[in-house]
Amino acid sequence: MSDVMTASQARFDVAAGPDLRRWVLQGRDAGLAAGAAAFGLSGVPDMLRTAQVAGGTAARLGPHELVFFAEPDRADAIYSALQAGLKDIPSSLVEISDRQVAIDISGPDVELVLSSLSPMDFNIRAFPVGMATRTLLAKADGMVWRTGPQSFRLEVWRSFVPYMTEYLQKVACDVRF
Amino acid sequence: MLLIRCPYCGDRAEIEYANAGEAHIVRPADPMAVSDEEWAQYLYMRDNPKGLIAERWRHSHGCGRFFNAIRDTRTDRFVMTYEMGQPRPTIDSEAAAEAAR
Ligand SMILES: [Zn+2]
Repeated sequence: MSDVMTASQARFDVAAGPDLRRWVLQGRDAGLAAGAAAFGLSGVPDMLRTAQVAGGTAARLGPHELVFFAEPDRADAIYSALQAGLKDIPSSLVEISDRQVAIDISGPDVELVLSSLSPMDFNIRAFPVGMATRTLLAKADGMVWRTGPQSFRLEVWRSFVPYMTEYLQKVACDVRF
Repeated sequence: MLLIRCPYCGDRAEIEYANAGEAHIVRPADPMAVSDEEWAQYLYMRDNPKGLIAERWRHSHGCGRFFNAIRDTRTDRFVMTYEMGQPRPTIDSEAAAEAAR
């Protein structure tokens, strides 16, 4: 394969994301407030925004929905805290750890590559660091979270990971032409 | 590309949404008390207007929530979207004319 056919890792990189545990919390205002407090946040993140604690991130993906991500060594403590905080409040907390997988993408071309997967505006003014949303990535449902000026975390359902990874790499070749 | 404004997420491409039919159709409180004709009316009969329609949409590939929208069926232009549970808003003639354009 010639050099021009190979995406340069300096411009765009796809890497497997970390192993995480995940829970989705569905609830009204009181449920989300209790969940956010139990997670260690001072308040519920705004729509399409994330907030972080040591070893964990909460993403507000819907008006009545928070998704919690936890690093494995903090997961048991976080889950216990969530269960205790939500005990008497009508809400639904479901573990979705095995449903989806994280993919980290980064590099100067990262916005261009994402633009080939979704018609959303990924310019940093429209999609700032800390923003997260579900959308369609090509034909796969997925979450996009901007972790830095040139880095995003994607989460797609497990069976879509080979499709998504290959698609990203092919698109990365195309945007160099 | 047709953009639709989710009341929670903002403007997104049409492909993220699913249409869910006419809005503000009230299910009979006691289905056993209505006639077959009335039940059929509730189940199947829709206005199908040429012009402004109130209809349900779901941001199925985004936040997942249902909401309502006012759309002109001739031009596909959306006048506004609003949260479930709110009454059908009145659209002034200026906004209606703009949607028909
Ligand atoms: Zn939405």
